[in-house]
Amino acid sequence: MGRQVSDRRIYAFLDRYATLIALVALIALNIVITPNFLTLQTLNVNLTQVCTIVIVAVGMTLVIATGGIDLSVGSLMAISGALAPMIFMGGIVDVGPVWVAVTLAIVVAIAVAGLLGAFNGWLIARFGIQPIVATLVLFIAGRGIAQVMTNGNLQVFAVPEFQFIGLGRVFGLPVQVLIMAVIVVGVAWMLRRTLFGRQILAVGGNELAAILSGMPVARVKIAVYAISGLLSGLAGLIVIAINSSSDANLVGLGIELDAIAAVAVGGTLLSGGRASIWGTLLGALTIQIVRYTLLANGVPDAAAMVVKAGIIIAAVWLQQKARAA
Amino acid sequence: MRDIHKRFGGTVALDGATLNIGAAEVHALVGQNGAGKSTIIKVLTGYVPRDAGEVDFQGVPFTVTSPRAAQDAGISTIYQEINLVESRSVIENICLGREARRFGLLDWPAMHAEAERILARFNMRVDVRRPLSHFSTANQQMIAIARAIGFSARLVIMDEPTSSLTDRESAVLFDVIRGLKSDGISVLFVSHKLDELYAVCDRVTIMRDGRTVRSCAMDEIDKLELVSTMLGREVSRRDGHATAFGGHTRQPGDDLFQATHLADSGHVRDISFTLRQNEIVGFAGLLGAGRTETARLIFGAIPTTKGTMQIDGGAFTPGSPADAIAAGIGFCTEDRKIEGIVPDMTVAENMMLALMPKLARAGIIDEARQAQIVAGFIDSLGIKCAGPHQKIRELSGGNQQKVLLGRWLAMSPRLLILDEPTRGIDVGAKAEIQKLVNRLADEGLAVLMISSELEEVIEGADRVYVLREGVSVAELDRDQITEDRVLGAMAHGSASV
Repeated sequence: MGRQVSDRRIYAFLDRYATLIALVALIALNIVITPNFLTLQTLNVNLTQVCTIVIVAVGMTLVIATGGIDLSVGSLMAISGALAPMIFMGGIVDVGPVWVAVTLAIVVAIAVAGLLGAFNGWLIARFGIQPIVATLVLFIAGRGIAQVMTNGNLQVFAVPEFQFIGLGRVFGLPVQVLIMAVIVVGVAWMLRRTLFGRQILAVGGNELAAILSGMPVARVKIAVYAISGLLSGLAGLIVIAINSSSDANLVGLGIELDAIAAVAVGGTLLSGGRASIWGTLLGALTIQIVRYTLLANGVPDAAAMVVKAGIIIAAVWLQQKARAA
Repeated sequence: MRDIHKRFGGTVALDGATLNIGAAEVHALVGQNGAGKSTIIKVLTGYVPRDAGEVDFQGVPFTVTSPRAAQDAGISTIYQEINLVESRSVIENICLGREARRFGLLDWPAMHAEAERILARFNMRVDVRRPLSHFSTANQQMIAIARAIGFSARLVIMDEPTSSLTDRESAVLFDVIRGLKSDGISVLFVSHKLDELYAVCDRVTIMRDGRTVRSCAMDEIDKLELVSTMLGREVSRRDGHATAFGGHTRQPGDDLFQATHLADSGHVRDISFTLRQNEIVGFAGLLGAGRTETARLIFGAIPTTKGTMQIDGGAFTPGSPADAIAAGIGFCTEDRKIEGIVPDMTVAENMMLALMPKLARAGIIDEARQAQIVAGFIDSLGIKCAGPHQKIRELSGGNQQKVLLGRWLAMSPRLLILDEPTRGIDVGAKAEIQKLVNRLADEGLAVLMISSELEEVIEGADRVYVLREGVSVAELDRDQITEDRVLGAMAHGSASV
């Protein structure tokens, strides 16, 4: 009996703090073995690389909290990344002053991604299509649409007003890191303190109970997929701003799996009903540092993937143990 | 089957059940929810092993280890839900698991002929090459039955086979059952429709709480005795109180809610009733009588196909639970786990689930007010928990139920529907909830209480409606509420005894 209780406490503790412990341990390890780890340069490299994954994974966390999944995030990034340069480079219409063009490009590109996300939610809420199938539609079609829009061409540009979101700095901090921070803090607060946050968790925790409590379940579902779409659109813009170019074949390729991995490692239940935005942030950072550690120490990227998989398995195993105990 | 015992973890499902089915006999198996009917069928068909007891089949000791072995031995089962492959053809479904082969390949002509031969017995002439999903539910059910009999069965088990059939289709099924009997095949027939049992069965076994309480010929027992034996009641007024309800002392207030000739696309066929303020109304009826479905109709959770509802004399047509909640209706569902609690949420969050929109300003929840309301209900309902932030799944069933009551009381409802409010909770919590419901009605609330525990309805309700096969067959005022009358109406469909 005593042993059972202590086991349960250990698993519950690990379930809660394992990601944080792993992250701290990795940082400690790097300080010892990786040359020049404790520099602003390293911090900036890691933060900029992880930003887009975190932004997408925050939206993914909300979707997964309702018991769903969104495979279309990478394709939506490609669409938004293809659309914005077409607007600010005057490919569609001539829109006059550069700041007007850039503002319009950002707003339209993100809005289009949001609408496509809402379309995902509509398929799921209105027709009861399984989320994995419904979002597979845009996962496949979305990238195709982005390629058709650009005729498969690479769009190269040098527009500092736009690229500020990827390359600019405020108070010495990269702008995209600030954007990421605002999104993480804002969504974490929303999940805890607002009606919408509660509705998300109730829909994922017990959909029937949510319906019988009078909740607008369909609206909640459509909203989370729309938010996931909006954040994907934003992430797509950050990627092309950093690269000074947009390639519909590559923007956001494979990011859905990184985002899902970050969510899983962060302790959000993949079956819905429980969500941690901070966990997702830690999960993404952990995966990023693992990759960086291996790369910085000369281990090939292919091996890094295997380690990443190992971390995910460990995280899911812990979750199950903590819940079963 | 003699003296069968079966436990699932800590729950005793069968506690010395005995079932004797004669050759060429149609045997009825009846009992309430949880009486052990399904478990004894599962033991017989090899889905679960028995812990103790003996089974003889055709005169020899018989032990099956898998459903397949039971089929091979000649025991076929037809379940309530059709367990066939919808997307495949009738031929494949009928021959599933015993396909005709020639040179290692499927022999389609032989299978085709076999399928048509089996269906001909049911006067069914259909294109057997069509997929099963092409046919109506009733036809699919008939095909499932045909398939079961096609297994050269000696014993066919039918678990509520008529629940999705029309009267005419049921009549065809009964002819088939009589045909089976004359062929020397035995049938074990599970149903909650009493008239059917008397129409088609020779003998009956009545189960209660995992035990066989009576087994006799159908003509030795009348409907009233059958129902009272099922529910474990003597047919005579019992003195003394078995529940914590206060008795019938309230003066009912004004009419609040009226339903006239309600029907849905399933169990509810013609149900009319009136609910008043300051009154507990009880719904009595057997399983499948349409009690829960009626509650869901009122709550807008399933659509009404016929009839009208009124609140305060105005038309009420709820399109969703949100509409019903807006009209001041609360609904504590029968199944706490599946429809009630959100297990990963806290006591406070669960309790505020329905009230939340009113607690939010510009979408932000007023935490202070929430804490105040929750603390109030934890106190007044006597909820035992570590605090408002404990996860609800860690609470006992009775305390979970109180949290769910709190969820609806927090809405200050005018009508509260309670579906099996004390099922699966311990005796102490049961009495507390009964007292609480009593107090709420004293304070002016209209309560509609559905309960399978007869004493709860009889002692708790100020007025009782008896439902039978989807029809409200009797209304009993408080000086008419006796066990005899309630049981009588459940058995015969009228209140006269």
